[in-house]
Amino acid sequence: MTSPLQQKIKITGPSMVTANRTSDGIVIYRTAQQGWSASLSDAAIVRTSDEARALLNEANADDVGAVGAYIAPVEVKDSGEIKPGNLRERIRSKGLTIDLLPA
Amino acid sequence: MYAYDELDRTLINERVSEFRDQVKRRLSGELTEDEFKMLRLQNGVYLQLHAYMFRVAIPYGTLSSKQLRRLAHVARRYDRGYGHFTTRQNIQFNWIKLAELPDALAELAEVGIHAMQTSGNNMRNVTSDQWAGVAPGEVEDPRIWSEILRQHTTLHPEFSFLPRKFKIAITASEHDRAAIKVHDIGLRLHKNADGETGFEVLVGGGLGRTPFIAKTIKPYVAGRDILSYVEAILRVYNQYGRRDNIYKARIKILVHELGIEKFSREVEEEWKQMGHSALTLDHSVVEEVRSRFSYPAYEKLPHMPDELKQAAHDPSFERWRKNSVAPHKVQGYSIVTLSLKPVGGPPGDATAEQMDVVADLADKYSFGEIRVGHEQNLVLPHVAKRDLPQLWKALDRIGLATPNINLVTDIIACPGLDYCSLANARSIPIAQELTRRFANHDTAEMIGRLHINISGCINACGHHHVGHIGILGVEKNGEEFYQITIGGRADENAQMGALIGPAVPYAEVADVIEDIVEAYLALRDRPEELFVDTVKRLGVEPFKERVYATR
Repeated sequence: MTSPLQQKIKITGPSMVTANRTSDGIVIYRTAQQGWSASLSDAAIVRTSDEARALLNEANADDVGAVGAYIAPVEVKDSGEIKPGNLRERIRSKGLTIDLLPA
Repeated sequence: MYAYDELDRTLINERVSEFRDQVKRRLSGELTEDEFKMLRLQNGVYLQLHAYMFRVAIPYGTLSSKQLRRLAHVARRYDRGYGHFTTRQNIQFNWIKLAELPDALAELAEVGIHAMQTSGNNMRNVTSDQWAGVAPGEVEDPRIWSEILRQHTTLHPEFSFLPRKFKIAITASEHDRAAIKVHDIGLRLHKNADGETGFEVLVGGGLGRTPFIAKTIKPYVAGRDILSYVEAILRVYNQYGRRDNIYKARIKILVHELGIEKFSREVEEEWKQMGHSALTLDHSVVEEVRSRFSYPAYEKLPHMPDELKQAAHDPSFERWRKNSVAPHKVQGYSIVTLSLKPVGGPPGDATAEQMDVVADLADKYSFGEIRVGHEQNLVLPHVAKRDLPQLWKALDRIGLATPNINLVTDIIACPGLDYCSLANARSIPIAQELTRRFANHDTAEMIGRLHINISGCINACGHHHVGHIGILGVEKNGEEFYQITIGGRADENAQMGALIGPAVPYAEVADVIEDIVEAYLALRDRPEELFVDTVKRLGVEPFKERVYATR
């Protein structure tokens, strides 16, 4: 039986855990080696809700290194390449979609 | 300019030391994020998509050249070389590192700038008319009262944990440039029948998820009573505001649910109990604050200097002058608005280089003073007319002479999904595309005054409800869609815009806006009829038909 304190997490496809680094705020991804990387290609990919919950719990345990960890969808290409699963994550991963100077 | 006294300086410096210690403890793990979050928010530090965002207060939109130069330095040293001026006269830096924030704050404190209460459920930056003190016909300089309110409410323990954030705006002119009717409290300085100066007090305005136009709670409150009356409003709000539901926690909901009459009775009761308290402003206190504002030593100058007559032969100069230069209360001087809305640029952004040059130009031509308006443009408030041609050339060299003030490309936009963790959709690229579509200045002038406001989510930082054309980004099945409203306005006749129909996808927004503008040009009964007046006369139907007939 699920504890009422256990966070309800349901994923519908491949997902990763992302956060921001505490010291400078940059976007980071939880790796399979229980660390963080600034590259999405290093992200640990989870495919079940239990795996996602475990990865998120592990990420949240690192309160000093990371802020605001959450689960986000990814696309995993046949080549193994990992792509962000929605626009918000595309922008976080690739940066601004705009020109900063008039063009 | 207001000159800080020793108390102000001590307060700001102590705050920097305190925050430095808090950051140190956070980075060492002594403070958890849960413990630290409220502390950082009280110092204007948010966590956004890519990084921490640092919001710095510019009280009532007034900056000295020295302060602007320091903001440029912070942009260059601690950020990525630019800053974003917001709709509440603040500046935001988007790429700040937490570990470096205390140093940035310390450098700002050296010139009297801070970030206190630019976030959190407290009294936010008190905003005012960017033409305060120089607008012809103004009752008096509203910044005196803005400063009194700022001093009273800064770190006030009773107002540090309100049900929700609280925003005050003050104007002293007939034409409201401070959007007071969409603030929690709006104050309009005016004279009563006896010629005494006081305030019309409005309450319960706001945008966001549940927009309301503020209602007048008291037509006249004498200046000496304004602190006690505002405090009475805040006490009633503090007692009855909905702390149980964040979506119903703003004072606008309380005023709406109680009704303005009942809310007003509660405030009157509270105010009576306060009686003649320490909050009653002694004349000498007001004069002490007034005396700390310095005003330029204006010269006696001709209304039409030779330099201006000669420059009038240059059509490019004349176009800019007619668009961006406004009358000043002193003969021979002008108020100059600097457009931060270049064609294809992000609205409200300024580079460190631009800030430095504007600071230099302020020293040379505007007695060292700069203003920030809620429309996300800058202002040089005291420019001698003889200097306008030289100023224009200098502004043009740094891309700040786009003659589009109040025109269709003078777009107000929030940072949207490119930066903001709350956003559902992007705002800036929509604005950039629209400025390209309407880049022809002849066309923009022919269209006339038309305010487009864009928000990337329902929180409405781009004030979309009160745009003549409002654009609100929403998310539908993972795609960006935009709801379009028309007929809103933020001035003394403030009203919310009306939705014209179903949301349109990202790729169609610019086409839809072009359709709306074309419909307006065909429907207006004369060239002088503004877009917003045509909508008022005809309603949304003709625009709706035009937009959706072929979609």
